Order: sequence, then structure tokens, then C-alpha cells
Amino acid sequence: MAETAAELARTRPRPVPLTWLGVVPFMLFALMFLIVPATLLMIGAFQDPQGNFTLQNIANLNQPTIIKAYRTSIAISAASAFGGALIGFGIAYAVALGHVPRWIRPTMMTFSGVASNFAGVPLAFAFMATLGRTGLVTALLTSIFGINIYRYGFNLLSFGGLTLTYLYFQIPLMILIMTPAIDGLKREWREASAILGASTWQYWRMVAFPILWPSLLGAFLLLFANAFGAIATAYALTGSSLNIITILLFAQIRGDVLHDPNLGYALALGMILITGLSNGAYIWLRSRSERWMR
Amino acid sequence: MKRPVIGPWITIILGTLYFLVPLIATFEFSLRMKRGVYSFEAYRVVFGDPNFQASFTYSAVIAIAAILVGVLIVVPTAYIVQLKLPRLRPLVEFITLLPLVIPAIVLVFGYLRMYNSSSWLPLTNSVRGTDFLLTCAYVTLALPYMYRAVDTGLRAIDIRTLTEAAQSLGSSWPRILFQVILPNVRVAVLSGAFLTFAIVIGEFTMASLLNRPAFGPYLQLIGANRAYEPAALAIIAFIITWACMGLIQLFGGGRQRAARR
Amino acid sequence: MSFLTLESLTKTFGNQTTIHGIDLAVERGEFVSFLGPSGCGKTTTLRMIAGFETPTSGTIKIDGKDVTDLRPNQRNIGMVFQAYALFPNMTIADNIAFGLKVARKSSAEIAARVKEMLELIKLPHIGDRYPYQLSGGQQQRVALARALAIKPKILLLDEPLSALDAKIRISLREEIRAVQRALGITTIYVTHDQEEALSMSDRICVMNDGRIEQLGTPFEIYNYPKTRFVASFVGTLNILNGQVLDSTSGRLSIDDQEIVTARELGGASAGDTLSLALRPEALSIGHANGGSNNLSGTIDEVHFLGSVVRIRVRFKDNVVSLDTFNRPHSAPPERGQPVTVNFTREDILVLDRPAI
Ligand SMILES: Nc1ncnc2c1ncn2[C@@H]1O[C@H](COP(=O)(O)OP(=O)(O)O)[C@@H](O)[C@H]1O
Ligand SMILES: [Mg+2]
Repeated sequence: MAETAAELARTRPRPVPLTWLGVVPFMLFALMFLIVPATLLMIGAFQDPQGNFTLQNIANLNQPTIIKAYRTSIAISAASAFGGALIGFGIAYAVALGHVPRWIRPTMMTFSGVASNFAGVPLAFAFMATLGRTGLVTALLTSIFGINIYRYGFNLLSFGGLTLTYLYFQIPLMILIMTPAIDGLKREWREASAILGASTWQYWRMVAFPILWPSLLGAFLLLFANAFGAIATAYALTGSSLNIITILLFAQIRGDVLHDPNLGYALALGMILITGLSNGAYIWLRSRSERWMR
Repeated sequence: MKRPVIGPWITIILGTLYFLVPLIATFEFSLRMKRGVYSFEAYRVVFGDPNFQASFTYSAVIAIAAILVGVLIVVPTAYIVQLKLPRLRPLVEFITLLPLVIPAIVLVFGYLRMYNSSSWLPLTNSVRGTDFLLTCAYVTLALPYMYRAVDTGLRAIDIRTLTEAAQSLGSSWPRILFQVILPNVRVAVLSGAFLTFAIVIGEFTMASLLNRPAFGPYLQLIGANRAYEPAALAIIAFIITWACMGLIQLFGGGRQRAARR
Repeated sequence: MSFLTLESLTKTFGNQTTIHGIDLAVERGEFVSFLGPSGCGKTTTLRMIAGFETPTSGTIKIDGKDVTDLRPNQRNIGMVFQAYALFPNMTIADNIAFGLKVARKSSAEIAARVKEMLELIKLPHIGDRYPYQLSGGQQQRVALARALAIKPKILLLDEPLSALDAKIRISLREEIRAVQRALGITTIYVTHDQEEALSMSDRICVMNDGRIEQLGTPFEIYNYPKTRFVASFVGTLNILNGQVLDSTSGRLSIDDQEIVTARELGGASAGDTLSLALRPEALSIGHANGGSNNLSGTIDEVHFLGSVVRIRVRFKDNVVSLDTFNRPHSAPPERGQPVTVNFTREDILVLDRPAI
């Protein structure tokens, strides 16, 4: 017995050092391009240009422009995430449980895959051509219904316009996330609740929603972060006229405005804190709500 | 239990309209370059623009480089974590999710601080260095998707049995990885690759802040200065995205169908 | 007046008729099994009773009331599914309480009922666990408790044991029957396992291809199958071809050896070929004993199965299998050995004529 074990050990090289070696490139990469850069920014937020510790940068965030930029960013992200989550969930529900023909589902999933990745500058172009001042829908609404939406205060280069534009990738992203989750609802749960006397509403309130809620919350936060970090669409649509935090930071990095890199680090720190905290909250809520999970 | 299906239909139709109308409008707009007639003039102008060709080629090359680096980093890690070091899984998954939490603009800001001309590794000093930095930036952006795709692909095959079979035939570790495992997760790697391509090809923020002549900044420039070309470019970008997703479906779908038989 | 009646119940999916006009009357407190091969329409029938499927035509009455058009949540029926179907997000107690909460019972009443149900299924201490922490057998008992908590008029079970291990299946079988007896609840039990149906039911409804083949007590179904399908589906059967020698006295010939049956030959005339059936346990080998039928043949195959030895005997064209107990002190018979198989006149089942 001992002999065979020894033999085995000899013929099979001990895999431990080698396996660790295998993850070294990944870890190194993560350190160099994720962890250290982000940490350096966070440290920089607490340093003056000479490298001394200071809270001045954080204090400097308290300017009307910056506060307003954070506010607008959060508002647009929350609005587009909420709208995207709501509408996306509705469509995912319709596709998964709505008794519609089979072919709808793969078509919708493919389309969502494309649309959720169709973001950035081209998306801005598309909405300009649709809802811009000379856009097709704007023109059609004016010529057919006599409604000039711009006269009614609509502006593509605004909070509402940007939210509407972001929905173009937020809704499909929600569809992609939620359709499998809705599929996970077993038919027997619905039937068991029905036969026990529950209405459809009671089934959703007491069974389906509590089961889906972690996925819903996670999806919402992903959508939020997705919009919060976005810049290209907004920048291409509005240039730097819209005061959101990414555009402000972009300008700051370019050296256009504040001429104070350390304030830039503080801006970045604020962004990391916002996405980080929302994710932390998600993990905490999820761990509370998921005691029933394996 | 017969239920009326009108609600789902309305939802789906409204959703589809929301997806399609901007595309139709953009396409219509892109045809209006010549006064009074529909023409593909805008496309002709775009394709004839040397800057379009150069920036697109540049972005495509960076994208392919990012895909290669990504595969080289992700496949061994996902494989080892699944087979040998499952206790690393939470950490690795956390890391791969970070790019969804830290905005791209923050990351690139970090790079500019870390790799600037006065730093210990002044990558931004040279063109090649900056290209390398951009490549790594794109690997980071695509990391969540690439890792997920490969990890799922590895789960679908029985890597333990495959590995042991190869070991019993005397294969070495790199050989196992590249001649046994990689071909078996080809589909997963390909879908990760196309997704990476779709994300990276028109990326604006990082390329712009690193000052590289990529497709994204080119798009932005055209958008700021021209009327009809942006619409044509949007349609082209949409077709590229569609092609990437279509290829993913094609490979993935074909594989699934074969497996079901 | 029966408690549950199905009247010419028909179900068509698309252009395919799955249930062909079923008529059934179940008495109050009765345990009736639907037994049949998979795909024969058992689940569909059960789901129509539950209200998950709308019958294409026909009516369903419970306790004299037509419920055909009622929705499932208005029928007051308990149902247990094959895959447990417990709500994963709720504790066991909450699962059992679900139907009561929905019915807006007082919390004191709910608590008492949950406790009572947990004791009924002999799992009094698992109230605050979650379904995933339970074994399959425990989950299914909880599912039973959940279904019964609302004091339903009828209990429906759709293959509730088929996902479980053989051992648990048998003990749970007995437990379900005991609970059903204790509560006196009218029960429909769907299964494709004949042993389950035979051991549990007051009556068995054997189904095939969307029709009821035979309805009767386990004793009747097993011993007096009315159709070839029932005879072959329920229990193991030896089927033999015999020629009628004399239909009035019941004399038949099997491979040129004469036997006599006590059963009706149903208008067959001399020279007709009939299918006959013999249960393995009705056969024994050894000496001819008076008044019974004997057939001589040779041993074709011997399978030692432990406590029993299954022996196959060939006469000429016909082959039968029979079981003998294993006796440690006498070796089992050998292949090729000539034997005499004997059975009584009553043991012969006469099936319909074989299609030629
Ligand atoms: N929703 C449905 N649509 C079409 N055919 C169905 C549906 N439900 C059941 N069937 C068909 O009806 C037949 C009976 O099914 P089922 O009642 O589930 O059989 P069993 O429970 O006896 O195995 C099967 O051939 C099945 O394919
Ligand atoms: Mg069934």
C-alpha cells in the first residue's frame, strides 16, 4: 500500500505549485489593471499635489456643479434602471409566460442581445436621427399629428431624453437577465398555490415575487451601474453641455476645467463609492433574503 | 385555464416598436444625404473616408489582441479554479465582476495615474505602450463576459474526466489545457470573443482618454461635425453588433442542437 | 349519490383526443387509483378534476355540485405533485399554512392547524426548516400536509412517490393510506405502478389510451381482468394459445395436452384458438394432484433470484414462467429436466381471441 502511494506520488508530479502558477497571470493582471489603479485613485483622493494626507479634495466636492452632477447622474441612472427593469420585466414575463408563439422567444432574446450591446456613440446617433429636432419621429409627429414635441418642452439633450435613450440598452439587458429567472419559476408552484385557493395576485405576492426578488434587485443594480458609468452616449448626444458626473470627470481628466487632478481622484472615489455601496447593499439584502437557498 | 393573451401581445409589440423605430428612423435618415432622393451616398462617403478605414482597422486589431490576451488569462484560470482550486472561486468571481462596478472612465483615470510618463512603468510614453495599455483596458472591460462564457462552457463538459484521460495518456499540463480543454470549450471561447469584439469595437471613453485613433473617437468626431454620416455609421455599428451576436447564436445554437441529439 | 362524478369527460389537445369520454363515480371517503401506462391520460384527467385543464366536453361534479367551470382556487381540492412543489422561499410551517393564510384564517387557528398537520405526518419538529433541508420523502410528506391543511373535499395525488427511493416509496405508501383512512378523505391517486395501486386502493381504475379499461377492487382487477390489456398490465402473466375442444365443458388443448377451465368460454366453438393467461404464482411443479390441470414440458431456463427461483418451462410452442421458493437443502431444478406444471381449473384466465 505504502509503496503504491509513494509510486503514485512520484509518477504524478505534485500539482499544487503548478496550479497556483496557472492563476498567477490572472491575479497579476487583476492587480495591475483593476485593483491597483482603483486603489491609487482612492489614495489620491486623500492627498494633496505634494502627496500629503488631506481631506480637502473631499471637501472640495461640495460645489454646486459637482453635487448637481452627482445628483443628475444618480437620477438618470435610477430612472433608466427603474424604467428598464419594469418594462424589461414586463416583456420577459410576456415572452416566458404569456402563451405567445414559440418563435417569439428566441427572436426576442437575439434582439435583446444585440440591443443591449448597442450603446455608446452609435446609439446617440440613432436617437438623434429619431427624436432629434430633425429626427424622423419628431417630423412625423409634427406632420401627422401637428405635435411638435420640442415645443412641448421635450429635449433629447436633457434628463428625459437621455433616460429615454438609455432605455434602449437597459430594457434588453433586463430581458436577458430576467427571462431565465422567470423560467426558473416552476409551473407546479403556480398550480400548487392555485389549488390551495390563492389568486394570481396572491401567488405573485407570496411565492413568485419573493423567489424572483434577488434576481430583480441584482438586475436593477446592474442596470444602475451600467447607466451610471456610461458616458459615450451622453457625450455624443450633448457634448459637454449636460452636467453628469462622467462628463464632468471626462472633462477634468482632459484638463479642461478644474486643473486639479486630486479633485478628479475625489470625483472618481465618489463614483466608486456609489456603485460599490449599491452593490454592497445588494449583497447584504440578498444574504438576508436568501436564507432559503442552498 | 384559457387566458386572453392580449396583454402579453401588447407588451411585446410595444417593446418591438421601441427597438425598431430608432433603427428605421436612423436608416431613413442615413439615406437622405442627397437632396430629394434616397441614396446610399452617406455610406459611400463613410466607406471612402481613409480615417474610417484606419480607425476601424486599428480598433479591430486592438479588439483581436484583447480577445487573445483575454483567452490566455481567463481559460487557464477558469479551468484551474474549477478543477483544482475551488476555494479561489469567490475571489476570482469577485474580481471578474469588478469591471461592472468600477466605471470604465474611473479605470482609465487610474491607468493614467499609474502608467503616466513619470511613473515606474511609463506605458503612455510610447505609442506601442499605450496600445498595450488600451488592449489591457479592453481585456478588463470584457472580463466579466469572457469569464462567464468560459466558466459556463467548462461546466458543460466534464473537465475532470477529460483531464484524467489525458493525464493517463501522459499529457503534460500545457498540452492538456491547449489541446484537450481549449478545443472542447471552443464554442464558449468564441462567444466570449464575439461579445468582446462587440463591446470593444466602438468603445469611446478609454480610447479617447488614452488618445488613440480608435473607431469610437472617430465616430464621436464625425457625430460632432457631420449630418448624415453619423446615421450611416450607426447602422454600420448596429450591423457589426448584430453580426457578432448572430455568430454567437450560430456557434452556440449549432452545438446545443448537436448535443440534444 | 356519489361524491365525485365524471360524466363523459373528453379532452382534446389540438386535433388529438387524449381523453375519450370518461365516466366515473367515486364514493365519499373512497381511495381510487388511476393505473395505466405513461401517456394514457391519467394526469390529464386529474388536472381536469383539479381545474388546470378545461374539459372539451363533459361535466365534473363534486358533492353534487357542478364544478366544471370553476377555477382551481375555487374548488377546495388538495393536490400533491410528483416533484413535491413546495414553495422554496417559505419554511415548512409557512408552506403548510399557505392555504390557510390565503383563506384569511386567524393566526391562532393557523398555528394550531399547522401543528396538527406536522404531527399527522410524524414530523413535528421541522416547522422552521426550509424545503431544501429536507429529504425527498420528508418533502413529499410536507406536501401532503400542505394539501390536507385546508381540509379539502378531495385529495388528488399525481405519482407522488415516483421520484423517491424504493424503500421510502413503500413506507410512504402505507403512511399516505393511513392518513387517508384516518381523515376519511375521498382520494384519487395516479400511478403507473401496479403494485402501488393494488396495495393502496379501494378501487382501481385501469386506463389505457384515454379510456377506462376496467374499474374494480384490486382483487377483481387482479383475478378477473376483463380485457387482455388489464390482464397483461396488472401483474405478470403467462399468455398461452389454446384450442377449444369443447366449449360447454371447458375442455381446451394446449400443445396437444388437454386441460379444463372453470371459466366461461364466451361463445367460442370447438376448434377456435383462444388466449389464455396464467399467473406465475398459480403454477407449481411436481406431481400431478387430483382434479387439477397438468402440463408436461421441459425446463428451459432457471433464474436464481434469492428467495425465489424463477423457472421457465417450455411445452411445445407455449412457454410459461413460474416462481418457486428457494429451499437451501434442495438444489434448484436443472435446464433440460422434464417437469409437470400443474394448476387448478380456476387459475386459467380466458382472454379475448388472439389476432391472427
Ligand atoms: N398540454 C398538452 N398539450 C398537448 N398534448 C398534451 C398536453 N398534455 C398532455 N398531452 C398529451 O396527452 C397524453 C396524455 O398525457 P398524460 O395525461 O400526461 O398521461 P399520463 O399522466 O397518463 O402519463 C399524452 O400523449 C400527452 O402527450
Ligand atoms: Mg402523468
